[in-house]
Amino acid sequence: MGYVDAGYVISLTTLAVYAASLVIRLRRERARTKGAGR
Amino acid sequence: MRHTLDKLLGPVSVALVAITVWLGLFVTPPDAQQGDLVRLVYIHPALAWVALYVAFGMAAVCSLLYLWPRTRSMVFDRLAASAVEVGVVFTVLTLITGSIWGRPTWGVWWTWDARLTSTALLGVLFIGYLALRRVPAEPHIRARRCAVAALFAAVDVPIVHFSVVWWQTLHQGATVLNPNLTPTIHGLMAWTLLLSFVAFTLVFVWMVIARYRLETLREEGEDVELAEALVARRSEGVS
Amino acid sequence: MWRDAMLVAERDLRIEMRSKVALWQVVPFAILVLLLFAFALGPGPALLKESAPGLFWLALLFSSVLAAQRSLAIEGSDATRESTRLMGLDPAGIFLGKTLALTGELIALEIVLMAGVILLFHVVVGTWWLLVASLLVAALGLSAVSVLYGSLAGGARMRATLLPVLVLPILAPVLIAGARCFASAMANGPGLGGRWLSVLCVFAAVYLVLGIVLYGPMEES
Repeated sequence: MGYVDAGYVISLTTLAVYAASLVIRLRRERARTKGAGR
Repeated sequence: MRHTLDKLLGPVSVALVAITVWLGLFVTPPDAQQGDLVRLVYIHPALAWVALYVAFGMAAVCSLLYLWPRTRSMVFDRLAASAVEVGVVFTVLTLITGSIWGRPTWGVWWTWDARLTSTALLGVLFIGYLALRRVPAEPHIRARRCAVAALFAAVDVPIVHFSVVWWQTLHQGATVLNPNLTPTIHGLMAWTLLLSFVAFTLVFVWMVIARYRLETLREEGEDVELAEALVARRSEGVS
Repeated sequence: MWRDAMLVAERDLRIEMRSKVALWQVVPFAILVLLLFAFALGPGPALLKESAPGLFWLALLFSSVLAAQRSLAIEGSDATRESTRLMGLDPAGIFLGKTLALTGELIALEIVLMAGVILLFHVVVGTWWLLVASLLVAALGLSAVSVLYGSLAGGARMRATLLPVLVLPILAPVLIAGARCFASAMANGPGLGGRWLSVLCVFAAVYLVLGIVLYGPMEES
């Protein structure tokens, strides 16, 4: 894999992973607050 | 209207990034000097812009707004913290892409040029903020501490910038390892570059909003738990 | 404000004189760092002499973080700080007092380190005024930042490991400017030393002002 490809892949993957982690954490937190009976 | 914007932000930013990648990797021409390596110009500068200016600027402004009595609100504290956390991600990526770009260009994985060095230092400042944030404390105290820390860091950045630039220009190697990676940009390349800035800024905005919501939910959750615990304790006392 | 500052400075220095922590712990640490640098980079004298400016300032930075921890420990627990505040001392004065006391300690440290560097690394100083000025101004800036961040870092539990991570990046310009000033002072003429001295002055001025303005609000719980 060339340098350019590596750069693109690393950047996009990292951003995607972080975004996914945010979505997952949000879902978990929302489920938790619903469970606590608000 | 706001709800529609909210729902659109994610898909639109993903779409813009996708278009940028497609243009950058396949449609735009290679550079006369750098060849295909120039394609990193559609990723690295945009990441750097977001990390150094958007994220840090937002953190600094929100911290100021929090500290100013008339605009004091936990909203700004949470926004600042979100901006810093997302900013760290972008800063690390800026350093990685900068390093990847540098390796074939200069033959080394790292060079102490002014921009990379300042970015690295900013990354450490960001991480320090996050470390401070993790110290257990009452929310308002923590907010004030972090806002002040952000302010101290913001004030330091211009001093660091000039110091590092002057420090670099002393070194004779500066002319040999010319850190100027920016090739001549024109036509489609210029538009793609502009698009990359817009796309990554939107990604940043989306991430900050998501992180902000997460933080808000967490803090409210803690409030609810605390209230419930108090209620439970009181009812114990009664019986 | 100045009167309170003098009171606090006197108190801090007197505590230091009595306990002599700086003397027995910080100074030995500083000398030790110089020795360790020699082990790491030496024993060839040429490299050590050339690196001396940077090594001096590194040793000073690390030792000053230690000294700062000490200064904050004097302030004690939250309860002590609360009672100090209730005594009606002007918080800006408290900040200035602590900063001045710490500056005094740092200057003493600088003198010891300078002696060490001249003796151990064969440093020859050409332009003394530049060196002395940079040391004085830098000590002020270092102290202001240390006192400010000490107030920021909260409870003693986390402070020991947190303080360096917070403070050292902020101090990077002091390291760069100080080392360049020292190098200029070692050279034949002051060269660009004036420019670096101005960086140190700006740094000290900025953080002194920030401290005077913000120390009070920061200490309020």
